[in-house]
Amino acid sequence: MASLKEVKLKITGVQKTSQITRAMNMVAAAKLRGAQDKMEAFRPYTTKFNETMSNLASGDSSGSFPLMEEREVKKVELVVFTSDRGLCGSFNANVVKEAWKHLKKYEAEGKEVTLLCIGKKGFQLLKNTGRVREGYKDIMGKFQMFHARDIASNVSTRFLAGEVDKVELIYGAFHSVAVQRPAVAPLLPVVPHIPEGEKAGMSGDYIYEPSIDELMVTLQPLYLNVQIYHAMLEVGASEQAARMTAMDAATTACKDIVGSLTTIYNKARQAAVTNELLDIVGGAEALK
Amino acid sequence: MGQQIQLEVVTPAGKKVDEDVDIVTAPGVSGDFGILANHAPFLSALKIGILSYENGKKKENIMISGGFCEVSSNKASFLVESAERGSEINVERAMKAKERAERLLAGEGRKMDNFNETRAELALQRSLIRLKLAGKNY
Repeated sequence: MASLKEVKLKITGVQKTSQITRAMNMVAAAKLRGAQDKMEAFRPYTTKFNETMSNLASGDSSGSFPLMEEREVKKVELVVFTSDRGLCGSFNANVVKEAWKHLKKYEAEGKEVTLLCIGKKGFQLLKNTGRVREGYKDIMGKFQMFHARDIASNVSTRFLAGEVDKVELIYGAFHSVAVQRPAVAPLLPVVPHIPEGEKAGMSGDYIYEPSIDELMVTLQPLYLNVQIYHAMLEVGASEQAARMTAMDAATTACKDIVGSLTTIYNKARQAAVTNELLDIVGGAEALK
Repeated sequence: MGQQIQLEVVTPAGKKVDEDVDIVTAPGVSGDFGILANHAPFLSALKIGILSYENGKKKENIMISGGFCEVSSNKASFLVESAERGSEINVERAMKAKERAERLLAGEGRKMDNFNETRAELALQRSLIRLKLAGKNY
């Protein structure tokens, strides 16, 4: 059995760990609230944006835009969004696993796959695949629109140059505080979805300024920004939620360990007391 | 008071304005335009500039950048990347941005490998509009 001192040390150590995990849990909870507020604030923008996009798409236009061009898919780029920091359970691992699955699927179809990693963790976990083209670090959790714009222009330039035929986003979608699942969303070519029941020409009486085609050209890059920013927000919130859950579990685990260690400590203490008593009694007996 | 139109200014950071107003004037890519109540359905891209609206005696100016405007069923929605009221503008920062953009455009930028002229141009425009709205003339 471990000595009394060793067990005591171990207990203090575990207690200190649990203090850290509890603090991290609370920090994550506070940050989650912030991230959720951001998502909430962004929602009216996306809703309105998508409305207008589908409105435009259902209108009359020449219908051929470079960003909408559907080519035979030979090269696929996956944009993988992960967090910059670890200690958030299996969150990043799940996203990376999903990315890996898609990569394998496309390669089995004979397509060339490149990866663009947003977030340090994904970069670290995927760089050994040798398919990572570029990585963006330390932009998660800052929620800056211009980061999204940078990424969007990076990707769309390659698409327009014909270096890539299809782009997909893979990110940890925020379903609830307890559930975050990896999600895949197509980015390029742009496919505006026209809501059911709405037919072309519905918006025929709109006045467009400048022409509808020119509007499409201005709006499409914005559309990419919106999609990427959305993914960044989701990942930001999911990361904090995942960390909160992971740290909560860690704190509980610490409590359990302290409990069982205390039992061991008490048993050891008792054994020591018994031994000493036996010694004393033995000594007294011998003196008689 | 006559008829009013609902004005909505939405940015990625949330709704900036949501109220009924008498008239809205905004900088469209093909020129400034005004919107009154019961305007026909209308969709326009926007330039960096000042959006102003009047509600009774109150007149407000907002700096907007990058986005578009949709008008339908007596509602004008402005989707912009940023929107700032005069009082929210950081004059010092705008001044710095202006100086930096001017320096870059004056030739210093050519020495940099990632120089983007359109971007510097836009930054200059934004800072100028900000300063104008903040009531400083330079």
